[in-house]
Amino acid sequence: MSNIPSDLKYTQSHEWVRDEGDGTVTIGITDHAQEALGDLVFVELPEVGNSFDAGEDAAVVESVKAASDVYSPLGGEVVEANEILADAPETINEHPYEDGWIYKLRLVDAGELDGLMDADAYAAHCESEEH
Amino acid sequence: MPFIPHTEEEVKQMLDAIGVDSINDLFDEIPAELRAGDLSAIPQGLSEMEVSALMNSRAMQDGQAVCFIGAGAYDHHIPAAVWQLTTRGEYYSAYTPYQAEASQGTLQLLYEYQSMMTALMDMDVSNASLYDGATAVAEAILMAVRGNRKSKSKRILVPRSLHPAYRKVAQTIVRNQKIELVEVPFDIQSGRVGHTELEKYAGEDFAALVIPQPNFFGVVEEVDALTDWAHANGMLAIGVVNPLVMSVMKPPGQWGETGADIVVGEGQPLGAPLSSGGPYFGFMCCTQALVRQMPGRIIGRTVDLDGKPGYALTLQAREQHIRRSKATSNICTNQGLLVTAATIHMSLLGADGLANVAATCHENTNRLVQLLTEIDGVEPVFDAPAFHERVLRLPMNAGQALTAVAEQGMLGGYDLSREYPELGDAILVCATEKRTGEEMQQYAAALSPVLAS
Repeated sequence: MSNIPSDLKYTQSHEWVRDEGDGTVTIGITDHAQEALGDLVFVELPEVGNSFDAGEDAAVVESVKAASDVYSPLGGEVVEANEILADAPETINEHPYEDGWIYKLRLVDAGELDGLMDADAYAAHCESEEH
Repeated sequence: MPFIPHTEEEVKQMLDAIGVDSINDLFDEIPAELRAGDLSAIPQGLSEMEVSALMNSRAMQDGQAVCFIGAGAYDHHIPAAVWQLTTRGEYYSAYTPYQAEASQGTLQLLYEYQSMMTALMDMDVSNASLYDGATAVAEAILMAVRGNRKSKSKRILVPRSLHPAYRKVAQTIVRNQKIELVEVPFDIQSGRVGHTELEKYAGEDFAALVIPQPNFFGVVEEVDALTDWAHANGMLAIGVVNPLVMSVMKPPGQWGETGADIVVGEGQPLGAPLSSGGPYFGFMCCTQALVRQMPGRIIGRTVDLDGKPGYALTLQAREQHIRRSKATSNICTNQGLLVTAATIHMSLLGADGLANVAATCHENTNRLVQLLTEIDGVEPVFDAPAFHERVLRLPMNAGQALTAVAEQGMLGGYDLSREYPELGDAILVCATEKRTGEEMQQYAAALSPVLAS
């Protein structure tokens, strides 16, 4: 069973969101996602200053067997990208929810947060994907 | 004799097993109007003996013309050992490996090829080859659009002095991806990329500048200035070079302050015979920073569980069998046979050998130009230094002059008047290391009366 912190929000495409309370959010991929991908060897970070709509590809995570898109769960402007991932992409495997965050977004519409899943809904979603 | 291994008996058994009367019934879904008919317009097959006789008579029409044409494909000497080895069964029949790690020999050869190319171009990484120089330019353009994170435009500056076939192919490949190729004129006097014309685009958003060296006319471009200009204006620098010429000229990795970002070109000069236009191979090198955007196969060297060295395909997550529509390219192969020949060719000649060939080509072209310009009315067109090829203007229709010379057994040059009408009756001539003084005298002797008439 993968780790699913209860204070975060989630998407169907396995991204997590932490509301920082100041109009920005921090985004990464879940424990379930990092486990499925395997050892990460490269992360293509979004450019600071770029804007995304909810659902647009924002980043790419590459493991030895796959390169997967990371979708932006919400609309907004990138205010920070986690530069340590350039030299240590495996941080996502080791600490997907803390040091392994990928980027921070200034939200266009905080209301979009309500459309995301909570921990229980995400757990159920992962279960249903098993079959 | 068909090469299908099933007997009629076996076919019948298979059809019975799936409950179908005939093989044709399996094609029921295809509408009748789309099915092939009985191909009645195709004549009866010939026997092997008849085909041999037919091919022999056709081959006799080829002749043995002396070649003074360059224009992207060059008549170089290929040591006999190159194709003697390349046509060995182990190399000749091996296709691009899918169970790659089982083909260690093939991977080692490709790794050595990649190592030689990075040394020749003084770049960080090379891939295992592309189809040819023209498609390599297109791939470089696609790569620059992906790789230039600062640029939002999908516009590329392409000099008119770049090979016309490369420009056409690039246009065909990129236009459906909404990438715009903006042509930069050449200076009519020097034959180089025009400074003032280029300056017009300073400050505008372009993903890259393509820099040929030498350009299609053989003219030597000011690559340092061009590379630095591109970088100063937020563009990537794509070098398009003749690999043989890089053995004597400054390689793209050393252009300008930080070097070119992507380097491509046509590998034919390295051991591929002219063969009526192919097969050739394209090469591509890039900086470490751009390696993840590079298409094509890349071979890496690593160690196995016992610590012994071995080779593997690396960075495969970019390729289409994993990344699908978001792959760096749809190319999933390489020109293995031509690369084998090129690797052996480069090994045999070595750095010194390649440099000698390049220097001899340059010398010979100079001699040829001297001889031809002694003829009344023949003039060099550009005044900037040129390497290994030169543009000459004739006092009569270029096509007609070349046809007349061809009747004397010589291919005098490439007629530029179709693709570069602004140059008038101009031809592009080249004399490789194979051209003797005697052949050049014969050319001049054949051309002179044609022009005088």
